[in-house]
Order: sequence, then C-alpha cells, then structure tokens
Amino acid sequence: MTQKVIEMKQIVKDFSGFKANNGINLDLQKGEILALLGENGAGKSTLMSILSGLLEPTSGEIFVKGKKVNITGPQVAKKLGIGMVHQHFMLAESFTVLENIILGYETTKGIAIDFKKARQQVLALANNYGLSIDPDQKVSEITVAQQQRVEILKVLYRGADILIFDEPTAVLTPQEITEFIKIIRGLANEGKSIILITHKLEEIRAVADRVTIIRAGKSVGSFEVGKVSDDKMAELMVGRKIEMKLTKPAAQLGRPILTVKDLQVKRKNGSLAVNNLSFTIHAGEILGIAGIDGNGQDELVEALTGLRKINGGKAVIKKLVINSMSTREITQFGVAHIPADRQKYGLILPLSLADNIALQEYYQRPFSKLGIINFKQIYNHAKKLMKKFDIRAASANLPAGELSGGNQQKAIIARELDRDSDLIIAFQPTRGLDVGAIEYIHKQLLAQRAKGKAILLVSYELDEIMQLSDRILVLHNGQESGEVKPETTSETELGLLMTGIKKAGVKE
Amino acid sequence: MIQVNARVKRILVPVVSVLAGFLIGAIIMLIWSYNPLTAYGSMFTSALGNMNGLGETLREATPLIFTAIGFAIASAAGFFNIGLPGQAQAGWLTSIWIVLANPTMPKAILLPLAVIAGAVSGAIVAGIAGVLRAYFGTNEVITTIMLNYIVLYSCQYLMQKVMSDHLRIDTDTTKTISRNGSLHLDWLSNVFGSSRISAGIFLAIIAALIYWFLMRKTTLGFEIKAVGLNPDASRYAGISTKKNIIVSMLLSGGFAGLGGVVLGLGTYQNYFTQTTSLDIGWDGLSVALLGSSTAGGIVLAAFLFSILKIGGLGMQTIAGVPYEIVSIVIAAIIFFVAINYIIGKLFKTKANSALSTSSSVKVNKADGSISGKEPQ
Repeated sequence: MTQKVIEMKQIVKDFSGFKANNGINLDLQKGEILALLGENGAGKSTLMSILSGLLEPTSGEIFVKGKKVNITGPQVAKKLGIGMVHQHFMLAESFTVLENIILGYETTKGIAIDFKKARQQVLALANNYGLSIDPDQKVSEITVAQQQRVEILKVLYRGADILIFDEPTAVLTPQEITEFIKIIRGLANEGKSIILITHKLEEIRAVADRVTIIRAGKSVGSFEVGKVSDDKMAELMVGRKIEMKLTKPAAQLGRPILTVKDLQVKRKNGSLAVNNLSFTIHAGEILGIAGIDGNGQDELVEALTGLRKINGGKAVIKKLVINSMSTREITQFGVAHIPADRQKYGLILPLSLADNIALQEYYQRPFSKLGIINFKQIYNHAKKLMKKFDIRAASANLPAGELSGGNQQKAIIARELDRDSDLIIAFQPTRGLDVGAIEYIHKQLLAQRAKGKAILLVSYELDEIMQLSDRILVLHNGQESGEVKPETTSETELGLLMTGIKKAGVKE
Repeated sequence: MIQVNARVKRILVPVVSVLAGFLIGAIIMLIWSYNPLTAYGSMFTSALGNMNGLGETLREATPLIFTAIGFAIASAAGFFNIGLPGQAQAGWLTSIWIVLANPTMPKAILLPLAVIAGAVSGAIVAGIAGVLRAYFGTNEVITTIMLNYIVLYSCQYLMQKVMSDHLRIDTDTTKTISRNGSLHLDWLSNVFGSSRISAGIFLAIIAALIYWFLMRKTTLGFEIKAVGLNPDASRYAGISTKKNIIVSMLLSGGFAGLGGVVLGLGTYQNYFTQTTSLDIGWDGLSVALLGSSTAGGIVLAAFLFSILKIGGLGMQTIAGVPYEIVSIVIAAIIFFVAINYIIGKLFKTKANSALSTSSSVKVNKADGSISGKEPQ
C-alpha cells in the first residue's frame, strides 16, 4: 500500500489579481519520483514556494503524510521534512564542504562546533546515498556536480525525506546527468520522495515515475511516465501542438563570413582563456560551439564582439580584420549579438521595451538627428517589430523588466536580427525559456541560416547544439578538443570531448 | 499599504518626507515650549510674505538648482558625485578672478567668458574623478571627497600666494567685481525690494530646461541613462561606458561650477576664503534627492530649501525660535528623503514589476509574470 506523503488540493495563489496558481492538484507517493512539468510562468515555482513555506496559498489545502498542515514558513516546511535543492546553489564558496553542510545546524559541544561528530554524520549520510564527497575541500574548488551533491547532503542533513529539485540538470554535463539520475534513483529507493521540476522530457523519461503537468496556473494532468508520449506531454504543457523535431534542409554554403585564426584571448588574471583557436563559418552555416561552462566561451564571444581585447591571432569578418575595432564598429559592420545573459547583458530592464529594441540604432537616422532622439520613431519601430517577432507586451512603453523571459529574449532577437547582419553570434539563445519560446527562437535561427547568414551558436545545451548546428566545435580549456558533425556524433562522444578525456582529430 | 501608481509615488515620497520633517520640527519645538504654528507662520511670511524675502529666497535657490542638476546628471550615469562643493568653489574663484583681472573688457565678452570659465573649472575638477574612474576604476566617492579638500586648500593658496595685490583687499578677500562682470540687475533687485537676487535665477531656469532636454531628448542623455542603469548591457550595445562616465562627470562638474559662478557674480560680488566645503554643494545633493532628480522637482526642491533657510532666519527674529530648530527640520527632511526607501514601502506600486530584482527569486518569478504575457 503506497502512502501519499504530500497531497495538495485546489491550491490558489493570488498576487493582487493575478492568479499564479489557480486550482492546482498534486500528490506525491512515498518513494516515488514525480516530475513537475510546465512552461516558465506556469506556476511551478510558486507551487513549490508554497510547499517549502516561502509563500502562503490564498486558498487550498495541503496534507503532509495524511495530516492537514499550514506551512507558514520555511522552518515549518523543514520540520515536516520538506527540503529544496535550488537551481542556483546557496553555498558559501570559501567554506569547506563539511562547513557548508552543517551551516546553521551545527552540532555543538559546549560553545564549540563538534566537527568530529558532524563529520561522522555527514559521511554516514554520504555513504548511505552514494554521494561521494570530500568534506574538507573548499566549495570554490569543487565542480558544479559536486556542489550539487553538497546541496543534496545539506537537505538530507536537515532531516528531509521529501526533496524538491528545481531544474537540477541545467548546469550539468551529459555524464554528470547520468550520475545525477543514479543518485536520485538511489534516494527514491531509500524511501525518499522526490519532486523534480524540469523542462526536459527526456529526463522525465529517464528518471520519473509519474509526471504532473501544469499550464497557466492549473494542473492539466498527471500520468504514469510509461503511459504518455512526449508529444502529448509537450502539447499539454504548451496548450498546442509542438514540432519536436525541426526540419533542417541541407546547408547552402556561401563565402566565408567569419574566419578566426590562432586566436588567443586572455582572462583578467593573464591566463589564456582562448588558446590558439581557429575556425571558419560560411554564409548559410551554423557552427555550434559545445563545451562546459567556463572553457573559454565567454571570452571567445567577447573577443569577437569587441568587448575584450584579442591578445593573439586574428579574427576576420568578410575580409576585414576586427582585432582592434570597437563593439559599435563591429556591430555596425554586420554582426548581430544575442548575449548569454539577457537581463544582464541584453537589456536595460528599467528602460522601456521600445528603448531596448532601439539600443543598437538609437543614434542613427531615422531614430535621431543631430543628437536629438525622435522617440516617436523608436516607438513605431518597436510596434512594428513586436508584431513581426511576436513580442507580447501590453505596450512598447512597458519597462523591459516587466516582460516574461521569452518575450525579453524575443525583444533581443528582434533587435539583433532585424538589422540584417551577415554574422549572428548567439550565446545561449534559449537559456531558461520554455518549449514554445525555444521552438520559436530555433526557427528564427534556421530562417536566418536559410537567408544565407553565418551563425555562431554557443550553447551549453547539447540538444540545441545537436539540432541546429551544421558542424560542432568542442571547446575544452580554451582549445579545440574536436570538431564533429551532429549526424555522426553522439552525446557521449561530445561529453568526452567536452571534458577533455578524448581528443578527436579534426575531421574533414 | 496604500496602492498608487509609480508616477504618483514619485511625488508622494518627497512630499511625505517634507511633511514628516516639519512634524519632527514641530514636536521638538513643543518639547522646548515654542509654538510651532507661530514659528512656521513666521518662517513662511519672512521667506515669502514680502518682495525682499521672496527675492532672497530665489537668490538662495539659484546656486542650489545648479549644484542639484550637477548631482543629478552624475547620478543618472551611476556616479555618486559628492565633490560638488569643490567644483562649485573652483567655479566661484575662477569667475571672480577673470572678472577682476580684465577690468577693461566689455561686458558682452567679459560676463560670458567668466561664466564659461567658471563652468570649465568645475568640469575639470570633476573630470579628474571621471577619468580616474573610467580608466582605473577608482571609487568616485573617495576621489571627489578628496578633491573637495584639494580645491579648498588650493583656493587658499591661490588667494594668498598667487593673486596679485591689486585684485584683493587682503589675503582672504578679493575686491568687489565691476558691474561689467556682475550678474546683478538693478531692475530685478528693485522689483524684489532691493534683495540680492540676480540674473543667475534666469540662468538657473535655463539650466533646468537644458537638463530636461538633455536627459529626455538627446542621444547623449539616453546613453548616460543607459550606462547608469546597466553598464554591462550598454557596453554590449556598443555604448562607450568610459566616454559616458567622463562626459557625465564633466557636465556634472560644469553645472556645479556654475553654481559657484552665480554665488560669486550674483550673490557676493567677490570671493573670500572658505574654511569648510561650500554648503551649496552639500545642499545641492539633498535638493537633487528631494526633487527625484527631475528638472521640475529640482527647481521646486531648491525653492523649498531656500524657504527653510531664509525663513529660518525670520523664525529666529520674529518667533524667537533658535536657528538650530530650522537646521533640525532641514536635517529631518533630508533624513526622510534618504530613507525614502522605507517611505516608499508605504506605497505599493500597482503592477508589480520584476525590476525589484532581489534575493527573493521565487516571489519575483511569480510577480514577473503578472504583467508580462506568456509566449504561446
């Protein structure tokens, strides 16, 4: 007889008129892994915030292990055994693994922390659940996957038996994901109950027992994972049919647009972030750059867009060496740049949507003459692009920060693609977006490819790289560890190249 | 919690701060058995009740409008310019010196020259901090504070060691400037009961208009705002952050310098050695904050400050309330403006925005989708 450890009934959360949750039902059985699937803004985070005591529901009932409860604060949730592993780890970097785990829950001996006892407890937990860690390493020195294990141990150490994971695999490599899946399977086998918030259908398939799908604040269905198709899940999540596979015609290669030769770019501390990198992108081609975060991607993109000094080698766009050109000169010459972090680098959130759309062109006619801006033109231009690129906002005068992530990204796409540049540099163009928005942006990029644009796609999402690229260049430690074709490679091979374990000869 | 929209909130916060300041002043007066109604009554009648008082109030407001604009421009670019006193002082001494040194020059050349030179000297002082920040990342709060001292003592040195004897009465005071270099207008002074009001007030109004135009209509103002709001995204969009930091600092110092110019060529008609940083610098900072850095707000806030300062003198002589009480009222208002974050919390803006990027990610995620529509 399975026991329901959590039952949420008709949960409503009303933010002064906007119902983020509008009658959600969810139940979690003991020892199962339940995937919570939904678009951004569908209400997943709100629901989980309610469960972990950060928000209180406007109405609805919550039962934990059969008893009706009011989760009035995080402490209450903790007492009930509910623990959350956040997407952005909340660790003190300069503390050791052990210190981080016991932080706030130190076992003491007199007034001193009893590290000996704490270490025993933590190691016992780690052994029990197969979470290998070194308790004495500093968090700043361990990998992201290890940091995640520390987060999990932190939650377990606090006595949680209901664990919520918020998009846990977003930061992991394919090999690490496999490892992670093993870990949470193990947790479930030990009797822990798990809620997994995710966007990724394949992960749900790989690990979850059941899936609950929510859309626009309502639960639209719960299924056993074995009895529902991917198409059905995607359709329920978005509310319409989604093309899971993009149709990508064969590339029509034109002249070379971007040629990078022996490129060297230094980090602030003087070490080489990009080390003798060479590649060419032709018109009508998408070159994907795969790699684990921090292997030179940021520096490469910044160097190609004039944001960072090129320390050696050269970058040539259409026969023009851009080594010493400013960002503005480069973008004017024909480079569109979709930056990795839309809120930090792509948009000025307090400025209006219209101003943001004009951010690359405000100083040119017809948007300004003799240094005086014609805001009417900027507004009209924005209106036009909102229609063309399906940016949904109540008004072009709305601050960009009030738009949803998908619409913010569309605003950047509109601004960059409408300028008709020959080279498009897209860095993590779909980060954190939901299936519908991802589909839209992928289609836009393929349309640009069909128009004969050269596209440099840098992404940590292997799916994205595999689906869109004509060629894939793998970066490891700022060097090329291999160039592969999406048709002939596998995620395993890419993973090995990304971690530098395998080095492939440059094919073709 | 009272629900208002963002625009109303921008006005409500300073108004509530001012009222709270007056209230605190009243309570203090009651404690020491002064009648606050008589006191405030005499404050307003002496500042506004006759033409001389009104003229003096406007005269007092003139330099504050300039220094406040100076502060506002820098802060739009994300720069905390607290070197306004030094920049104003540089403008003051420079303009007076130029007028005294060119006794035969016609007014049509001398006056504009002196005004511009004053602005330029303020701009240079501020520009030093701007260049240091742009190229070396030096914290402008520290550099501008230090520049205040550098200017303060450099001016003393210049007065005592460099200025020639025929330009000064003694080593601490210059001669009075000729009418050729003065902003004084007989007719204006006569209208306002022979007060020291000068043509500077017109310049201040023009400056406010220029400031409004700069920030609202020009590409330069757009860039300054963009850099101030998000320097990273601005850089990514090809805006030179270095250039904008320096330009905004030059403009900021230029306006602050003009504050010193109208003080010298308008109010005092000479320069005399200062022992502490100029008040108009510090007050300009408060005026800009109280006026929410908008052109209209700055003009109103400068006027209010001047009412307090001029009326405070009246309060002392008529109602017998010590001037210190006025200082407390002013300080209380500044205090409430400074904590307007808390006062701001009284009024919840409608249509909660995701702008309030704070640590409570979860809550904001939910809020963010209130007004933004989801892509389909």
